[in-house]
Amino acid sequence: MNIVVCVKQVPDTATERKLRSDDNTLDRDAADGVVNELDEYAVEEALRLKEAHGGEVTVLTMGPDKAADTIRKALAMGADKAVHLVDDALHGSDALSTSYAMAQTLKKIGFDLVILGSESTDARTGVLAAMLAERLGVAQLTLANKVEVEGSAVTIQRVTDYGYDKVQGSLPAVISVVEKINEPRYPSFKGIMAAKKKPVQKLGAAEAELAADQIGLGAAWSEVTEAAAAPPRAAGTVVKDEGDGGVKTADFLSSKKFI
Amino acid sequence: MHRLSDEYEALRKTVEEFAREVVAPVIGDLYERGEFPYAIVRQMGEMGLFGLPIPEEYGGMGGDYFALCLALEELARVDSSVSITLEAAVSLGAMPIYRFGTPEQREKWLPELASGRMLGAFGLTEPGGGSDVPGGMRTTATLDGGEWVINGTKAFITNSGTDITGVVGVAAITGRTESGKPEISTILVPSGTPGFTVSKKYSKVGWSASDTRELSFSDCRVPEANLLGERGRGYAQFLQTLDEGRVAIAALSVGLAQGCVDECLKYVRERRAFGHPIGHYQAIQFKIADMEVRAHTARLAYYHAAEKMLAGEPFKKEAAIAKLVSSNAAMDNARDATQVFGGYGFMNEYPVGRFYRDAKILEIGEGTSEVQRMLIARQLGLADL
Repeated sequence: MNIVVCVKQVPDTATERKLRSDDNTLDRDAADGVVNELDEYAVEEALRLKEAHGGEVTVLTMGPDKAADTIRKALAMGADKAVHLVDDALHGSDALSTSYAMAQTLKKIGFDLVILGSESTDARTGVLAAMLAERLGVAQLTLANKVEVEGSAVTIQRVTDYGYDKVQGSLPAVISVVEKINEPRYPSFKGIMAAKKKPVQKLGAAEAELAADQIGLGAAWSEVTEAAAAPPRAAGTVVKDEGDGGVKTADFLSSKKFI
Repeated sequence: MHRLSDEYEALRKTVEEFAREVVAPVIGDLYERGEFPYAIVRQMGEMGLFGLPIPEEYGGMGGDYFALCLALEELARVDSSVSITLEAAVSLGAMPIYRFGTPEQREKWLPELASGRMLGAFGLTEPGGGSDVPGGMRTTATLDGGEWVINGTKAFITNSGTDITGVVGVAAITGRTESGKPEISTILVPSGTPGFTVSKKYSKVGWSASDTRELSFSDCRVPEANLLGERGRGYAQFLQTLDEGRVAIAALSVGLAQGCVDECLKYVRERRAFGHPIGHYQAIQFKIADMEVRAHTARLAYYHAAEKMLAGEPFKKEAAIAKLVSSNAAMDNARDATQVFGGYGFMNEYPVGRFYRDAKILEIGEGTSEVQRMLIARQLGLADL
């Protein structure tokens, strides 16, 4: 089975994240880049499927040069090779353009199964899996906390508010995973050393045959016109119990639409 | 040059994450209950930490001793019990078998030890003597009918009594040299051998989640083939083992010293006094600056010793210096960090109290600070005056 895992480099959530002052896009140089956490679960799931069914795991990353660190980590965990879609023209791509660029690349490199985290910790749109499946014309299996492949049938448990749905599709397919699906492994030193020698193919926009008017800030359907820092958290409300503490608490929760 | 290569840095970062995500949330409780961290050790085994300096043909990671040191440092930033468990298992348990063992011994023990499924230990110190070898050594092993018969007692032996301990290397007097000096050899004794008794865990001041026990041997018989390497080479073997071990303990000490800085940097931003976070005050800033200086300089000392060791150059003096300065740094930083935390530093709910209890042994184990000074003076040629 030919599995492609889409992995994104995001700014470390533990550090202060900023937007660039010139175009209000994410300032990727301001913070340390780390692997988007949910994508680590995607890598782990891909490795487990490969261990069970054989095949090959390819990492696909779109991002600036420094995203190579993220690729290296996925390779150290055990992925076999990587494709790095990197081009200044991609800067500022929104979810639509990103899905276009990724789908074009996926068509080029081929796949039986595409796995990705259900959202990234930076933009948090959570739409990429659906968009990819649509653009590629393949089955869309999202929010999986369990994946089973048998022959050409792939079955997932799709997490819902009330429990889970069992959803089945046939390969090729796109799967997005949630964090309950597994426990990602830590790379071993052997894995780290081996990652050095694994092939990483760099593709520019031209090599991926991307139409210039479909990518980058200029092609984005939405624009951030203004950004302001989040206001500091307001002081809490203290409810003094004078025999009616329960009622007051309920009123407060009700006013915030919690109950 | 002390810039880490990409691979070392990736390893360091991986262990840093592991310590923060897996060790930190549970170690406080294990420590307080004096429980060995089996689940953590199992995961460390899966990551290959127990096989870092052991070649792949024996189930190791094909790395080197410096890679082990980096892992020890990162673990000790969070907890020393876990770090010393790894240190003793690899440096004292597995490495002597890798370095001095016969091909059969290597094949028999190393794959299990390198995977962390089995822990090894090394029995050198006795109730009557640690660094005073062979003068203080009483344990004997005599050949009888193709078997070594071991009698004696070993003290303070790390990893010797866990559920997954498989083998202990026992240093013993196996005869006299022509000049009448004791001849020392190392014998591998599998756990569970009749006549080999492991006593209950010591009650220790620190390292409470690690396993430390007294071992006694009473007509304990093992096959003659369990002799580690050559007969009479025991002294030379553990001198080399201890030189390397000093660099490893230095790395662990640097980790503890850095962990003190980490904890203080968090705390002094949150804790307020007299209208400001306490980090606003120079009395606190200077303390933390000094702590950072100690951790940083001690790190350079152990990197340098490790560099010489890996290059195959003499490193005895550098190892002793690294051990001395880093254990001082750990002790000083633990004291200062506890002071920065004030009353909370004396409470077990914050890691700095644990660091304080764990620091003292670093000035004692793997050669006391006095022994390090003796070694340094000797390397400077002062012993012959």
